[in-house]
Amino acid sequence: MSDSSAWSPSPRELERRLLRRRLRLRSTLIAATALVVVFVGLAVLVVTSPGWDRVREAFFNGHHARASLPEIRDAFWLNVKMFMIAEPLILVLALSLAIARSARSPWLVPLRVAAVGYTDVIRGIPTILLILLLGFGMPGLRLQGVPNSPFFWATTALVISYSAYVAEVFRSGIESIHPSQLASAEALGLGRAQTMRFVVVPQAVRRVVPPLLNDFVSLQKDTALASTLGVFEAVFVARDYTNYNFNYTPYVVVALFFVALTIPLARFTDWLGRRYAERERAGAR
Amino acid sequence: MSLRGSVVTLPLLLPVLLGAAACAPSDESPTASDSSTGAASCAKADLPLREPGTLTIGTDSPAYDPWFSNNDPTNGKGYESAVAYAVADQLGFSRDEVTWVKVPFNSSYKPGPKDFDFDINQISITPARAQVVDFSDGYYAASQAVIALKGTPGAEATSLDDLKGLRLGAQTGTTSLTAIRDVIQPDQDPAVFEDTNAAKQALQNDQVDAILADLPTAFYISAVEIPNSTIVGQFQPETGQQEEFGMLFEKGSGLVPCVNDALATLRSDGTLDDLEKKWLSDVVDVPTLQ
Repeated sequence: MSDSSAWSPSPRELERRLLRRRLRLRSTLIAATALVVVFVGLAVLVVTSPGWDRVREAFFNGHHARASLPEIRDAFWLNVKMFMIAEPLILVLALSLAIARSARSPWLVPLRVAAVGYTDVIRGIPTILLILLLGFGMPGLRLQGVPNSPFFWATTALVISYSAYVAEVFRSGIESIHPSQLASAEALGLGRAQTMRFVVVPQAVRRVVPPLLNDFVSLQKDTALASTLGVFEAVFVARDYTNYNFNYTPYVVVALFFVALTIPLARFTDWLGRRYAERERAGAR
Repeated sequence: MSLRGSVVTLPLLLPVLLGAAACAPSDESPTASDSSTGAASCAKADLPLREPGTLTIGTDSPAYDPWFSNNDPTNGKGYESAVAYAVADQLGFSRDEVTWVKVPFNSSYKPGPKDFDFDINQISITPARAQVVDFSDGYYAASQAVIALKGTPGAEATSLDDLKGLRLGAQTGTTSLTAIRDVIQPDQDPAVFEDTNAAKQALQNDQVDAILADLPTAFYISAVEIPNSTIVGQFQPETGQQEEFGMLFEKGSGLVPCVNDALATLRSDGTLDDLEKKWLSDVVDVPTLQ
Protein backbone atom coordinates (compact mmCIF):
# COMPACT_ATOMS: atom_id res chain seq x y z
CA MET A 1 0.00 0.00 0.00
CA SER A 2 2.75 2.39 0.92
CA ASP A 3 5.50 2.46 -1.68
CA SER A 4 5.36 0.18 -4.68
CA SER A 5 1.73 0.33 -5.65
CA ALA A 6 1.14 4.11 -6.13
CA TRP A 7 -1.88 4.35 -8.40
CA SER A 8 -1.20 4.96 -12.02
CA PRO A 9 -3.88 5.26 -14.70
CA SER A 10 -4.45 2.20 -16.86
CA PRO A 11 -3.58 2.38 -20.54
CA ARG A 12 -7.30 2.40 -21.27
CA GLU A 13 -7.81 5.42 -19.04
CA LEU A 14 -4.93 7.19 -20.75
CA GLU A 15 -6.53 6.45 -24.06
CA ARG A 16 -9.82 7.92 -22.80
CA ARG A 17 -8.08 11.06 -21.63
CA LEU A 18 -6.35 11.48 -24.95
CA LEU A 19 -9.64 11.11 -26.79
CA ARG A 20 -11.35 13.60 -24.49
CA ARG A 21 -8.58 16.11 -25.01
CA ARG A 22 -8.81 15.64 -28.75
CA LEU A 23 -12.56 16.11 -28.75
CA ARG A 24 -12.26 19.22 -26.59
CA LEU A 25 -9.66 20.68 -28.92
CA ARG A 26 -11.84 19.88 -31.88
CA SER A 27 -14.93 21.62 -30.50
CA THR A 28 -12.85 24.63 -29.45
CA LEU A 29 -11.54 24.89 -32.99
CA ILE A 30 -15.01 24.59 -34.48
CA ALA A 31 -16.40 27.20 -32.09
CA ALA A 32 -13.60 29.61 -32.87
CA THR A 33 -13.99 29.14 -36.61
CA ALA A 34 -17.75 29.59 -36.41
CA LEU A 35 -17.35 32.74 -34.34
CA VAL A 36 -14.84 34.28 -36.70
CA VAL A 37 -16.76 33.30 -39.84
CA VAL A 38 -20.09 34.63 -38.55
CA PHE A 39 -18.94 37.91 -37.03
CA VAL A 40 -16.18 38.77 -39.47
CA GLY A 41 -18.55 37.77 -42.27
CA LEU A 42 -21.26 40.08 -40.93
CA ALA A 43 -18.78 42.92 -40.44
CA VAL A 44 -17.42 42.51 -43.97
CA LEU A 45 -20.94 42.37 -45.32
CA VAL A 46 -21.89 45.65 -43.62
CA VAL A 47 -18.66 47.46 -44.44
CA THR A 48 -18.62 46.44 -48.09
CA SER A 49 -22.28 47.20 -48.70
CA PRO A 50 -22.74 49.91 -51.33
CA GLY A 51 -24.35 52.40 -48.94
CA TRP A 52 -21.88 51.89 -46.08
CA ASP A 53 -20.09 55.21 -46.58
CA ARG A 54 -23.34 57.08 -46.35
CA VAL A 55 -24.49 55.11 -43.32
CA ARG A 56 -21.14 55.55 -41.56
CA GLU A 57 -21.33 59.27 -42.21
CA ALA A 58 -24.90 59.46 -40.92
CA PHE A 59 -24.64 57.17 -37.87
CA PHE A 60 -20.99 56.99 -36.81
CA ASN A 61 -19.66 60.48 -37.27
CA GLY A 62 -17.00 61.30 -34.66
CA HIS A 63 -17.53 65.03 -34.82
CA HIS A 64 -21.27 64.82 -34.19
CA ALA A 65 -20.75 62.21 -31.46
CA ARG A 66 -18.43 64.55 -29.58
CA ALA A 67 -20.64 67.57 -30.20
CA SER A 68 -23.80 65.94 -28.91
CA LEU A 69 -22.26 64.00 -26.02
CA PRO A 70 -22.31 66.65 -23.24
CA GLU A 71 -25.96 67.53 -23.77
CA ILE A 72 -27.03 63.89 -23.98
CA ARG A 73 -25.04 63.06 -20.84
CA ASP A 74 -26.72 65.88 -18.92
CA ALA A 75 -30.16 64.93 -20.16
CA PHE A 76 -29.56 61.28 -19.32
CA TRP A 77 -29.70 62.23 -15.64
CA LEU A 78 -33.33 63.09 -16.23
CA ASN A 79 -33.96 59.52 -17.40
CA VAL A 80 -32.06 58.16 -14.42
CA LYS A 81 -34.01 60.39 -12.05
CA MET A 82 -37.27 59.31 -13.63
CA PHE A 83 -36.75 55.57 -13.26
CA MET A 84 -35.12 55.87 -9.84
CA ILE A 85 -38.23 57.67 -8.60
CA ALA A 86 -40.63 55.39 -10.43
CA GLU A 87 -39.17 52.00 -9.57
CA PRO A 88 -39.71 51.99 -5.77
CA LEU A 89 -43.25 53.32 -6.25
CA ILE A 90 -43.93 50.62 -8.83
CA LEU A 91 -42.70 47.86 -6.52
CA VAL A 92 -44.83 49.03 -3.60
CA LEU A 93 -47.96 49.58 -5.69
CA ALA A 94 -47.54 46.31 -7.59
CA LEU A 95 -46.99 44.20 -4.47
CA SER A 96 -50.07 45.74 -2.88
CA LEU A 97 -52.07 44.93 -6.01
CA ALA A 98 -50.81 41.35 -6.07
CA ILE A 99 -51.62 40.83 -2.39
CA ALA A 100 -55.03 42.43 -2.86
CA ARG A 101 -55.68 40.01 -5.69
CA SER A 102 -54.82 36.98 -3.62
CA ALA A 103 -56.98 38.07 -0.66
CA ARG A 104 -59.60 35.44 0.17
CA SER A 105 -61.82 37.19 2.70
CA PRO A 106 -65.33 37.94 1.38
CA TRP A 107 -65.03 41.44 2.87
CA LEU A 108 -62.18 42.19 0.55
CA VAL A 109 -63.96 41.21 -2.67
CA PRO A 110 -64.33 44.88 -3.80
CA LEU A 111 -60.58 45.28 -3.41
CA ARG A 112 -59.96 42.14 -5.41
CA VAL A 113 -62.28 43.24 -8.19
CA ALA A 114 -60.60 46.64 -8.30
CA ALA A 115 -57.17 45.04 -8.51
CA VAL A 116 -58.25 42.72 -11.34
CA GLY A 117 -59.87 45.59 -13.21
CA TYR A 118 -56.79 47.76 -12.78
CA THR A 119 -54.33 45.21 -14.15
CA ASP A 120 -56.63 44.31 -17.04
CA VAL A 121 -57.36 47.85 -18.17
CA ILE A 122 -53.93 49.36 -17.61
CA ARG A 123 -52.10 46.54 -19.32
CA GLY A 124 -54.40 46.98 -22.29
CA ILE A 125 -53.43 50.63 -22.80
CA PRO A 126 -50.17 51.27 -24.64
CA THR A 127 -47.78 53.11 -22.30
CA ILE A 128 -47.30 55.98 -24.73
CA LEU A 129 -51.06 56.64 -24.77
CA LEU A 130 -51.22 56.57 -20.98
CA ILE A 131 -48.45 59.17 -20.89
CA LEU A 132 -50.22 61.35 -23.44
CA LEU A 133 -53.60 61.02 -21.73
CA LEU A 134 -52.26 61.90 -18.29
CA GLY A 135 -49.71 64.46 -19.42
CA PHE A 136 -52.05 66.51 -21.55
CA GLY A 137 -55.34 65.58 -19.89
CA MET A 138 -54.71 66.10 -16.19
CA PRO A 139 -53.17 69.60 -16.43
CA GLY A 140 -56.04 70.45 -18.79
CA LEU A 141 -58.47 69.94 -15.93
CA ARG A 142 -56.90 72.94 -14.19
CA LEU A 143 -57.57 71.42 -10.79
CA GLN A 144 -56.24 73.28 -7.79
CA GLY A 145 -53.19 71.54 -6.36
CA VAL A 146 -52.71 69.14 -9.27
CA PRO A 147 -49.20 69.65 -10.59
CA ASN A 148 -48.86 70.23 -14.29
CA SER A 149 -45.21 69.45 -14.81
CA PRO A 150 -44.75 67.04 -17.73
CA PHE A 151 -42.01 65.25 -15.79
CA PHE A 152 -44.45 64.54 -12.95
CA TRP A 153 -47.14 63.17 -15.23
CA ALA A 154 -44.77 61.11 -17.34
CA THR A 155 -43.36 59.49 -14.20
CA THR A 156 -46.86 58.93 -12.85
CA ALA A 157 -47.95 57.30 -16.10
CA LEU A 158 -44.93 55.00 -16.02
CA VAL A 159 -45.69 54.05 -12.41
CA ILE A 160 -49.30 53.26 -13.28
CA SER A 161 -48.45 51.30 -16.40
CA TYR A 162 -45.57 49.30 -14.97
CA SER A 163 -47.26 48.55 -11.65
CA ALA A 164 -49.90 46.61 -13.58
CA TYR A 165 -47.27 44.42 -15.24
CA VAL A 166 -45.17 44.03 -12.12
CA ALA A 167 -48.29 43.13 -10.09
CA GLU A 168 -48.75 40.14 -12.38
CA VAL A 169 -45.12 39.16 -11.85
CA PHE A 170 -45.61 39.29 -8.09
CA ARG A 171 -48.85 37.35 -8.38
CA SER A 172 -47.18 34.59 -10.35
CA GLY A 173 -44.54 34.47 -7.63
CA ILE A 174 -47.15 34.25 -4.90
CA GLU A 175 -49.02 31.51 -6.75
CA SER A 176 -45.85 29.53 -7.32
CA ILE A 177 -45.42 28.94 -3.58
CA HIS A 178 -46.23 25.31 -2.93
CA PRO A 179 -49.48 24.65 -0.99
CA SER A 180 -47.47 22.58 1.48
CA GLN A 181 -45.91 25.84 2.65
CA LEU A 182 -49.36 27.21 3.43
CA ALA A 183 -50.34 24.00 5.16
CA SER A 184 -47.17 24.11 7.27
CA ALA A 185 -47.83 27.71 8.22
CA GLU A 186 -51.34 26.82 9.23
CA ALA A 187 -50.07 23.89 11.25
CA LEU A 188 -47.76 26.27 13.06
CA GLY A 189 -50.77 28.37 13.97
CA LEU A 190 -50.13 31.33 11.66
CA GLY A 191 -53.13 33.30 10.46
CA ARG A 192 -53.78 34.13 6.82
CA ALA A 193 -52.11 37.56 7.06
CA GLN A 194 -49.16 36.18 8.99
CA THR A 195 -48.72 33.39 6.45
CA MET A 196 -48.60 35.99 3.72
CA ARG A 197 -46.20 38.19 5.61
CA PHE A 198 -43.74 35.60 6.89
CA VAL A 199 -44.03 32.63 4.56
CA VAL A 200 -45.43 33.43 1.13
CA VAL A 201 -44.29 36.92 0.20
CA PRO A 202 -40.61 36.54 1.18
CA GLN A 203 -40.28 33.38 -0.89
CA ALA A 204 -42.35 34.78 -3.76
CA VAL A 205 -40.37 37.99 -4.02
CA ARG A 206 -37.08 36.11 -4.05
CA ARG A 207 -38.34 33.87 -6.80
CA VAL A 208 -39.42 36.72 -9.09
CA VAL A 209 -36.35 38.92 -8.74
CA PRO A 210 -35.05 38.09 -12.25
CA PRO A 211 -38.32 39.00 -14.03
CA LEU A 212 -38.58 42.10 -11.83
CA LEU A 213 -35.18 43.29 -12.96
CA ASN A 214 -36.26 42.52 -16.50
CA ASP A 215 -39.17 44.92 -16.10
CA PHE A 216 -36.81 47.42 -14.50
CA VAL A 217 -34.59 47.39 -17.59
CA SER A 218 -37.66 47.86 -19.74
CA LEU A 219 -38.74 50.79 -17.56
CA GLN A 220 -35.37 52.47 -17.99
CA LYS A 221 -35.83 52.53 -21.73
CA ASP A 222 -39.46 53.57 -21.60
CA THR A 223 -38.47 56.78 -19.83
CA ALA A 224 -37.76 57.96 -23.37
CA LEU A 225 -41.52 58.00 -24.00
CA ALA A 226 -41.73 61.08 -21.76
CA SER A 227 -40.46 63.06 -24.74
CA THR A 228 -44.00 63.01 -26.17
CA LEU A 229 -44.91 65.50 -23.43
CA GLY A 230 -41.88 67.65 -24.14
CA VAL A 231 -39.75 66.24 -21.32
CA PHE A 232 -36.31 66.96 -22.71
CA GLU A 233 -34.71 63.62 -21.83
CA ALA A 234 -31.71 62.00 -23.51
CA VAL A 235 -33.43 60.46 -26.53
CA PHE A 236 -35.27 63.67 -27.26
CA VAL A 237 -32.05 65.66 -26.91
CA ALA A 238 -30.49 63.32 -29.46
CA ARG A 239 -33.45 63.76 -31.78
CA ASP A 240 -33.34 67.53 -31.37
CA TYR A 241 -29.65 67.57 -32.30
CA THR A 242 -30.41 65.27 -35.22
CA ASN A 243 -33.19 67.52 -36.48
CA TYR A 244 -30.85 70.48 -36.68
CA ASN A 245 -27.81 68.75 -38.10
CA PHE A 246 -29.44 66.01 -40.17
CA ASN A 247 -27.10 63.43 -38.68
CA TYR A 248 -28.18 60.36 -36.70
CA THR A 249 -24.98 59.82 -34.71
CA PRO A 250 -26.55 61.12 -31.45
CA TYR A 251 -28.97 58.16 -31.62
CA VAL A 252 -26.04 55.77 -31.43
CA VAL A 253 -24.53 57.79 -28.59
CA VAL A 254 -27.72 57.69 -26.56
CA ALA A 255 -28.15 53.99 -27.26
CA LEU A 256 -24.68 53.39 -25.79
CA PHE A 257 -25.74 55.22 -22.63
CA PHE A 258 -28.70 52.88 -22.17
CA VAL A 259 -26.65 49.80 -22.98
CA ALA A 260 -23.98 50.86 -20.49
CA LEU A 261 -26.70 50.98 -17.88
CA THR A 262 -28.52 47.77 -18.70
CA ILE A 263 -25.62 45.36 -19.25
CA PRO A 264 -24.35 45.52 -15.65
CA LEU A 265 -27.91 45.12 -14.48
CA ALA A 266 -28.39 42.05 -16.67
CA ARG A 267 -25.19 40.47 -15.31
CA PHE A 268 -26.36 41.30 -11.77
CA THR A 269 -29.71 39.62 -12.48
CA ASP A 270 -27.95 36.48 -13.67
CA TRP A 271 -25.74 36.41 -10.61
CA LEU A 272 -28.66 36.96 -8.27
CA GLY A 273 -30.70 34.24 -9.94
CA ARG A 274 -27.81 31.81 -9.62
CA ARG A 275 -27.31 32.66 -5.97
CA TYR A 276 -30.96 32.11 -5.11
CA ALA A 277 -30.99 28.85 -7.00
CA GLU A 278 -27.95 27.62 -5.09
CA ARG A 279 -29.50 28.64 -1.78
CA GLU A 280 -32.83 26.96 -2.44
CA ARG A 281 -31.15 23.74 -3.44
CA ALA A 282 -29.16 23.94 -0.20
CA GLY A 283 -25.99 22.64 -1.76
CA ALA A 284 -27.62 19.92 -3.86
CA ARG A 285 -26.40 19.84 -7.43
CA MET B 1 -21.85 12.54 -35.85
CA SER B 2 -24.04 13.65 -38.71
CA LEU B 3 -26.42 15.41 -36.34
CA ARG B 4 -23.49 17.24 -34.83
CA GLY B 5 -22.33 18.27 -38.27
CA SER B 6 -25.66 19.83 -39.12
CA VAL B 7 -25.71 21.81 -35.89
CA VAL B 8 -22.28 23.17 -36.64
CA THR B 9 -23.12 24.23 -40.18
CA LEU B 10 -26.14 26.23 -39.03
CA PRO B 11 -24.20 29.24 -37.74
CA LEU B 12 -21.86 28.91 -40.68
CA LEU B 13 -24.78 29.23 -43.06
CA LEU B 14 -26.10 32.30 -41.28
CA PRO B 15 -23.86 34.91 -42.91
CA VAL B 16 -24.50 33.32 -46.28
CA LEU B 17 -28.24 33.61 -45.81
CA LEU B 18 -27.95 37.14 -44.48
CA GLY B 19 -25.65 37.97 -47.33
CA ALA B 20 -28.20 36.78 -49.82
CA ALA B 21 -30.89 38.84 -48.11
CA ALA B 22 -28.72 41.93 -47.82
CA CYS B 23 -27.50 41.85 -51.38
CA ALA B 24 -30.96 41.99 -52.89
CA PRO B 25 -31.73 45.65 -52.14
CA SER B 26 -28.17 46.77 -52.84
CA ASP B 27 -28.77 46.34 -56.56
CA GLU B 28 -31.17 49.22 -56.43
CA SER B 29 -28.82 51.87 -55.13
CA PRO B 30 -26.74 52.38 -58.28
CA THR B 31 -29.86 53.57 -60.10
CA ALA B 32 -30.45 56.06 -57.32
CA SER B 33 -26.93 57.42 -57.58
CA ASP B 34 -27.16 57.49 -61.38
CA SER B 35 -29.78 60.17 -61.04
CA SER B 36 -27.30 62.33 -59.14
CA THR B 37 -25.29 62.93 -62.27
CA GLY B 38 -27.85 65.57 -63.17
CA ALA B 39 -30.40 65.96 -65.89
CA ALA B 40 -29.27 67.12 -69.28
CA SER B 41 -32.20 69.48 -69.56
CA CYS B 42 -35.27 70.40 -67.61
CA ALA B 43 -37.59 68.90 -70.21
CA LYS B 44 -40.18 66.77 -68.49
CA ALA B 45 -38.90 63.55 -70.05
CA ASP B 46 -35.31 64.18 -68.93
CA LEU B 47 -36.07 64.86 -65.27
CA PRO B 48 -34.59 62.31 -62.85
CA LEU B 49 -37.72 61.17 -60.99
CA ARG B 50 -38.64 58.39 -58.57
CA GLU B 51 -41.53 57.41 -60.82
CA PRO B 52 -41.22 58.39 -64.47
CA GLY B 53 -44.01 60.75 -65.51
CA THR B 54 -45.04 61.64 -61.94
CA LEU B 55 -43.70 64.23 -59.59
CA THR B 56 -43.60 62.73 -56.09
CA ILE B 57 -43.72 65.38 -53.39
CA GLY B 58 -43.34 64.69 -49.68
CA THR B 59 -44.68 66.51 -46.64
CA ASP B 60 -45.28 65.68 -43.00
CA SER B 61 -48.59 64.62 -41.55
CA PRO B 62 -50.43 66.48 -40.14
CA ALA B 63 -49.85 69.17 -42.76
CA TYR B 64 -50.42 72.38 -40.85
CA ASP B 65 -52.38 75.45 -41.85
CA PRO B 66 -51.78 77.91 -43.43
CA TRP B 67 -49.08 75.99 -45.31
CA PHE B 68 -51.65 73.39 -46.27
CA SER B 69 -55.36 73.27 -45.81
CA ASN B 70 -57.46 70.62 -44.05
CA ASN B 71 -54.40 68.41 -43.71
CA ASP B 72 -54.79 67.60 -47.40
CA PRO B 73 -51.80 68.60 -49.55
CA THR B 74 -53.56 67.46 -52.74
CA ASN B 75 -56.17 70.22 -52.70
CA GLY B 76 -53.76 72.94 -53.84
CA LYS B 77 -54.83 75.10 -50.91
CA GLY B 78 -52.43 76.59 -48.43
CA TYR B 79 -49.17 78.29 -49.35
CA GLU B 80 -46.86 75.28 -49.68
CA SER B 81 -49.40 73.16 -51.51
CA ALA B 82 -50.01 76.03 -53.94
CA VAL B 83 -46.28 76.62 -54.44
CA ALA B 84 -45.69 72.90 -55.00
CA TYR B 85 -48.37 72.78 -57.69
CA ALA B 86 -47.05 75.98 -59.27
CA VAL B 87 -43.57 74.45 -59.45
CA ALA B 88 -45.02 71.23 -60.85
CA ASP B 89 -46.83 73.27 -63.46
CA GLN B 90 -43.60 75.03 -64.43
CA LEU B 91 -41.90 71.66 -64.82
CA GLY B 92 -44.74 70.52 -67.08
CA PHE B 93 -46.76 68.31 -64.74
CA SER B 94 -50.51 68.49 -64.66
CA ARG B 95 -52.25 68.28 -61.29
CA ASP B 96 -53.00 64.57 -61.61
CA GLU B 97 -49.36 63.84 -62.39
CA VAL B 98 -48.40 64.97 -58.89
CA THR B 99 -48.34 62.38 -56.09
CA TRP B 100 -47.99 63.28 -52.42
CA VAL B 101 -46.30 61.03 -49.88
CA LYS B 102 -46.22 61.37 -46.12
CA VAL B 103 -42.68 62.06 -44.93
CA PRO B 104 -42.19 62.63 -41.20
CA PHE B 105 -39.66 65.43 -40.82
CA ASN B 106 -37.03 63.30 -39.11
CA SER B 107 -37.09 60.68 -41.85
CA SER B 108 -36.73 63.25 -44.63
CA TYR B 109 -32.95 63.29 -44.18
CA LYS B 110 -32.25 59.59 -43.67
CA PRO B 111 -29.31 58.29 -45.69
CA GLY B 112 -29.96 56.47 -48.94
CA PRO B 113 -32.55 56.93 -51.64
CA LYS B 114 -35.57 59.10 -50.84
CA ASP B 115 -39.25 58.22 -51.27
CA PHE B 116 -39.90 61.62 -52.82
CA ASP B 117 -38.55 63.87 -55.57
CA PHE B 118 -38.68 66.77 -53.16
CA ASP B 119 -40.06 67.44 -49.71
CA ILE B 120 -41.83 70.68 -48.85
CA ASN B 121 -42.42 71.04 -45.13
CA GLN B 122 -41.35 74.47 -43.81
CA ILE B 123 -37.76 73.27 -43.66
CA SER B 124 -35.23 76.01 -42.97
CA ILE B 125 -32.09 76.00 -45.08
CA THR B 126 -28.98 75.82 -42.87
CA PRO B 127 -25.35 75.07 -43.75
CA ALA B 128 -25.27 72.02 -41.44
CA ARG B 129 -28.30 70.51 -43.13
CA ALA B 130 -27.05 71.36 -46.62
CA GLN B 131 -24.11 69.02 -46.05
CA VAL B 132 -26.51 66.07 -45.93
CA VAL B 133 -29.26 67.01 -48.35
CA ASP B 134 -29.77 69.50 -51.15
CA PHE B 135 -32.09 72.46 -50.88
CA SER B 136 -33.84 74.52 -53.50
CA ASP B 137 -33.59 78.29 -53.30
CA GLY B 138 -35.78 79.72 -50.58
CA TYR B 139 -39.47 80.14 -51.33
CA TYR B 140 -40.37 81.94 -48.12
CA ALA B 141 -38.53 83.92 -45.48
CA ALA B 142 -40.26 83.54 -42.15
CA SER B 143 -39.88 85.79 -39.18
CA GLN B 144 -40.56 84.37 -35.75
CA ALA B 145 -43.61 85.14 -33.68
CA VAL B 146 -44.40 84.78 -29.98
CA ILE B 147 -47.81 83.44 -28.99
CA ALA B 148 -49.29 83.70 -25.48
CA LEU B 149 -52.71 83.38 -23.89
CA LYS B 150 -54.52 86.70 -23.44
CA GLY B 151 -54.19 88.11 -19.93
CA THR B 152 -51.13 86.05 -18.99
CA PRO B 153 -47.64 87.47 -18.27
CA GLY B 154 -46.52 86.31 -21.71
CA ALA B 155 -49.03 88.55 -23.45
CA GLU B 156 -47.65 91.62 -21.65
CA ALA B 157 -44.17 91.36 -23.16
CA THR B 158 -43.12 94.26 -25.36
CA SER B 159 -39.48 93.37 -25.94
CA LEU B 160 -37.32 90.30 -26.25
CA ASP B 161 -35.89 91.09 -22.81
CA ASP B 162 -39.38 90.81 -21.33
CA LEU B 163 -39.46 87.22 -22.56
CA LYS B 164 -36.27 86.20 -20.75
CA GLY B 165 -37.95 85.40 -17.45
CA LEU B 166 -40.77 83.36 -19.00
CA ARG B 167 -41.20 79.66 -19.69
CA LEU B 168 -40.86 79.46 -23.46
CA GLY B 169 -41.35 76.52 -25.78
CA ALA B 170 -41.11 75.55 -29.43
CA GLN B 171 -41.02 72.52 -31.71
CA THR B 172 -37.78 70.55 -32.08
CA GLY B 173 -35.76 71.18 -35.22
CA THR B 174 -37.30 74.58 -35.92
CA THR B 175 -35.80 78.02 -36.34
CA SER B 176 -38.18 79.05 -33.57
CA LEU B 177 -36.35 76.90 -31.05
CA THR B 178 -32.98 78.14 -32.27
CA ALA B 179 -34.28 81.69 -31.89
CA ILE B 180 -35.19 81.03 -28.24
CA ARG B 181 -31.82 79.47 -27.52
CA ASP B 182 -29.65 81.95 -29.41
CA VAL B 183 -31.58 85.20 -29.52
CA ILE B 184 -33.82 85.34 -26.43
CA GLN B 185 -31.61 83.15 -24.20
CA PRO B 186 -34.22 82.75 -21.45
CA ASP B 187 -33.28 82.14 -17.80
CA GLN B 188 -34.96 78.75 -17.92
CA ASP B 189 -34.20 76.16 -20.61
CA PRO B 190 -36.91 76.22 -23.26
CA ALA B 191 -39.50 73.44 -23.38
CA VAL B 192 -39.04 71.37 -26.52
CA PHE B 193 -41.98 69.69 -28.24
CA GLU B 194 -42.24 66.99 -30.85
CA ASP B 195 -44.72 68.94 -32.93
CA THR B 196 -46.74 72.12 -32.92
CA ASN B 197 -49.80 70.36 -31.52
CA ALA B 198 -47.91 69.40 -28.37
CA ALA B 199 -46.66 72.98 -28.05
CA LYS B 200 -50.20 74.35 -28.37
CA GLN B 201 -51.49 71.90 -25.76
CA ALA B 202 -48.73 72.90 -23.34
CA LEU B 203 -49.59 76.57 -23.82
CA GLN B 204 -53.21 75.93 -22.99
CA ASN B 205 -52.24 73.79 -19.99
CA ASP B 206 -50.10 76.59 -18.54
CA GLN B 207 -47.01 74.39 -18.88
CA VAL B 208 -45.34 77.23 -20.80
CA ASP B 209 -46.00 80.98 -20.80
CA ALA B 210 -45.44 81.46 -24.52
CA ILE B 211 -44.60 79.43 -27.60
CA LEU B 212 -42.71 80.47 -30.69
CA ALA B 213 -43.52 79.61 -34.28
CA ASP B 214 -43.00 81.16 -37.66
CA LEU B 215 -45.33 84.08 -38.22
CA PRO B 216 -47.90 82.50 -40.56
CA THR B 217 -48.26 79.46 -38.29
CA ALA B 218 -48.52 81.76 -35.28
CA PHE B 219 -51.22 83.76 -36.97
CA TYR B 220 -53.24 80.67 -37.72
CA ILE B 221 -52.87 79.42 -34.15
CA SER B 222 -54.01 82.70 -32.61
CA ALA B 223 -56.80 83.37 -35.08
CA VAL B 224 -58.31 79.93 -35.45
CA GLU B 225 -56.93 77.24 -33.22
CA ILE B 226 -56.59 78.92 -29.82
CA PRO B 227 -59.04 81.82 -29.88
CA ASN B 228 -58.01 83.22 -26.49
CA SER B 229 -54.38 83.49 -27.54
CA THR B 230 -52.63 86.44 -29.08
CA ILE B 231 -49.48 87.14 -31.06
CA VAL B 232 -47.28 89.07 -28.66
CA GLY B 233 -44.93 90.18 -31.40
CA GLN B 234 -42.60 89.12 -34.15
CA PHE B 235 -38.87 89.38 -34.65
CA GLN B 236 -36.27 88.42 -37.19
CA PRO B 237 -33.73 86.08 -35.62
CA GLU B 238 -30.46 87.69 -36.63
CA THR B 239 -28.21 84.71 -36.68
CA GLY B 240 -26.11 85.43 -39.73
CA GLN B 241 -28.13 85.62 -42.88
CA GLN B 242 -31.89 85.51 -43.22
CA GLU B 243 -33.19 81.97 -42.90
CA GLU B 244 -35.49 80.76 -45.60
CA PHE B 245 -37.66 77.73 -46.20
CA GLY B 246 -36.44 75.51 -49.02
CA MET B 247 -37.54 72.29 -50.65
CA LEU B 248 -35.48 69.30 -49.60
CA PHE B 249 -33.86 66.94 -52.13
CA GLU B 250 -31.67 63.88 -52.00
CA LYS B 251 -28.02 64.99 -51.98
CA GLY B 252 -26.88 65.47 -55.55
CA SER B 253 -30.35 65.34 -57.07
CA GLY B 254 -30.39 66.54 -60.65
CA LEU B 255 -33.81 68.01 -60.06
CA VAL B 256 -32.53 70.94 -57.98
CA PRO B 257 -31.51 73.30 -60.84
CA CYS B 258 -34.82 72.67 -62.62
CA VAL B 259 -36.86 73.44 -59.50
CA ASN B 260 -34.72 76.53 -58.90
CA ASP B 261 -35.43 77.69 -62.46
CA ALA B 262 -39.13 77.15 -61.84
CA LEU B 263 -38.98 79.11 -58.57
CA ALA B 264 -37.08 81.95 -60.26
CA THR B 265 -39.77 82.19 -62.93
CA LEU B 266 -42.52 82.14 -60.31
CA ARG B 267 -40.74 84.85 -58.36
CA SER B 268 -40.15 87.14 -61.33
CA ASP B 269 -43.69 86.84 -62.71
CA GLY B 270 -45.13 87.62 -59.29
CA THR B 271 -46.78 84.26 -58.68
CA LEU B 272 -44.95 83.65 -55.42
CA ASP B 273 -45.96 87.07 -54.11
CA ASP B 274 -49.55 86.46 -55.12
CA LEU B 275 -49.64 83.10 -53.41
CA GLU B 276 -48.04 84.58 -50.32
CA LYS B 277 -50.65 87.32 -50.26
CA LYS B 278 -53.43 84.84 -50.79
CA TRP B 279 -52.46 82.33 -48.12
CA LEU B 280 -50.23 84.21 -45.69
CA SER B 281 -51.28 87.82 -46.15
CA ASP B 282 -53.40 88.18 -43.02
CA VAL B 283 -50.16 88.68 -41.19
CA VAL B 284 -50.08 92.41 -40.70
CA ASP B 285 -49.98 94.75 -37.73
CA VAL B 286 -47.91 92.47 -35.59
CA PRO B 287 -45.60 94.53 -33.37
CA THR B 288 -41.90 93.90 -33.79
CA LEU B 289 -40.02 92.87 -30.67
CA GLN B 290 -36.57 94.32 -30.20
